[in-house]
Amino acid sequence: MLDIVHIAKTFNPGTITEKIALVDVSLHLDDGDFVTVIGGNGAGKSTLMNSIAGTFPVDRGSISIDGEDITSWPEHRRAKYIGRVFQDPMMGTAAGMMIEENLAIASRRGKMPTLRWSAPESNRTKFRELLAPLKLGLEDRLESKVGLLSGGQRQALTLLMATMANPKLLLLDEHTAALDPKTAEKVLDITTKIVGERHLTTLMITHNMRDALRCGNRLIMMYDGKILIDVKGEEKKNLTVPDLLAMFEKAAGSELTSDSLLLS
Amino acid sequence: MDLIIPTLSQGLLWSILALGVYLTFRVLDIADLTVEGSFPLGAAAASACLVKGSDPFTAILVAAVAGMLAGIITGLLTTKLKIPALLAGILTMIALYSVNLHVMGKANLSLLQIDTVFTKFSFISDDRQLVTLIVGAAATLFLCLLCYWFFGTEIGAAIRATGFNPNMIRANGVNTDVTIVLGLLISNAFVAICGALVAQSNGFADVGMGVGTIVIGLASVIIGEVLFGTKCFWRCLVSVVLGSVVYRIVIALVLELGMPPNDLKLFTAILVAIALGLPLLQAKYKAKQWKEAAK
Ligand SMILES: Nc1ncnc2c1ncn2[C@@H]1O[C@H](COP(=O)(O)OP(=O)(O)OP(=O)(O)O)[C@@H](O)[C@H]1O
Ligand SMILES: [Mg+2]
Repeated sequence: MLDIVHIAKTFNPGTITEKIALVDVSLHLDDGDFVTVIGGNGAGKSTLMNSIAGTFPVDRGSISIDGEDITSWPEHRRAKYIGRVFQDPMMGTAAGMMIEENLAIASRRGKMPTLRWSAPESNRTKFRELLAPLKLGLEDRLESKVGLLSGGQRQALTLLMATMANPKLLLLDEHTAALDPKTAEKVLDITTKIVGERHLTTLMITHNMRDALRCGNRLIMMYDGKILIDVKGEEKKNLTVPDLLAMFEKAAGSELTSDSLLLS
Repeated sequence: MDLIIPTLSQGLLWSILALGVYLTFRVLDIADLTVEGSFPLGAAAASACLVKGSDPFTAILVAAVAGMLAGIITGLLTTKLKIPALLAGILTMIALYSVNLHVMGKANLSLLQIDTVFTKFSFISDDRQLVTLIVGAAATLFLCLLCYWFFGTEIGAAIRATGFNPNMIRANGVNTDVTIVLGLLISNAFVAICGALVAQSNGFADVGMGVGTIVIGLASVIIGEVLFGTKCFWRCLVSVVLGSVVYRIVIALVLELGMPPNDLKLFTAILVAIALGLPLLQAKYKAKQWKEAAK
């Protein structure tokens, strides 16, 4: 499904602010893999995700989806295959446009826009049916501007938008981090439900170790621009926090507290 | 009393410029100074055509295409060469000054004794001012409807989304370079059409007639938004048109009250500065009151 082969990324090379964000990362995802990604601040998690999404070009290596090499594709072209939810609830929606306008745009993801009417009323039944399971009351507010919604509502809507055009790959970058614990829980429930029902291949970054352990079928931990730990299947199912810490110590050769990883 | 119709017709004619400025300033969220060059470009192109004996509608069409080209150039400068939009607009504006002189062959082109779009419709009434009003109203209405339709289509929605959140629309598979160029193209076509109409209404095109047009456009947009609201896209368009009319009324009033015409630009600039700064001043005032109340 997703093949990342020896990619590397250095920001501001040759300057005093030079920062090696990804050293040499390879990763293969199978169809339907739901991978949680953990690691301390600056470990390179977002950089990995942005490299896949095409926010910036990588320095080396290649990225392909279903055998198609997308390394040189610009961001908007990759969007055909990739749905994304960002950490900032403001990032994923157009605040000044109505809920139905946002949904209409998302329903056409990856297609060339035409001169057809963007948000025809005939879409509404479909949109209501999509929104109703969120249980946020959004199905009755199709004509509200998205800017009027709460952070949690916006994030749930973004999640719906990211998945409605059936992406091959779903990228979630700490998409619940800016929400209060209760709302975060709810958005995460919606996430696991959508991903589970539709068998979406997913990469989810989180700072919450409990979430990382209980969601998905695979877990990777990043450290200093590298993937340090990669566990899947039965091993992942039975994994506990102390197990993870022990694995980290062995792999990184250094002492580590759960605090220093910012994992709760 | 006899000022009402000319004031209204000026307001309507110039509202096409205001619509163009609205499309960049509010829809695309770019302050585009190309306007100061594409307005006289439209005037120059249309006048040059008219002098050569072409049909007024063809002349306006040529002006629109010229405006589009100006918009494309600014768009390419800012998307492909990553020049900040404000600077890109200034570059195009300056370049257009020379271009406009070439188009006209001299600094001023008179349209006296030449058939214009207004003489074409002179069968409506003998009153020249009334004809200007009717033609202005028809052109404005047509362009408003066109705008409303276009920005409701998939392409139009992508342009609007680019202004609100380029990240979002890129994540949805749209090339924002294309939407930005398209937005600038449409905006400057409007501005050039306005220039073409104003030149025909005034009876001349002048290389200096673009000076201050951006500020007139901004003033109209802001006055319209404050007085008539921004509830939906159609409402925004209507507000901009009405804002342009109110702006002309204000100008007519202050001139009537004895302000020297030479001070008009100063007056307009101050008006726009106040209107743009008002939200911030209001917020500061509120915060201060709040602090005092908390004491
Ligand atoms: N656009 C950028 N320009 C310069 N440096 C960057 C940029 N993006 C990331 N970096 C740097 O690259 C390193 C990796 O950052 P990244 O955002 O991938 O970390 P992360 O694992 O997502 O951390 P966090 O948990 O804090 O989100 C950091 O040192 C960061 O400062
Ligand atoms: Mg991050």
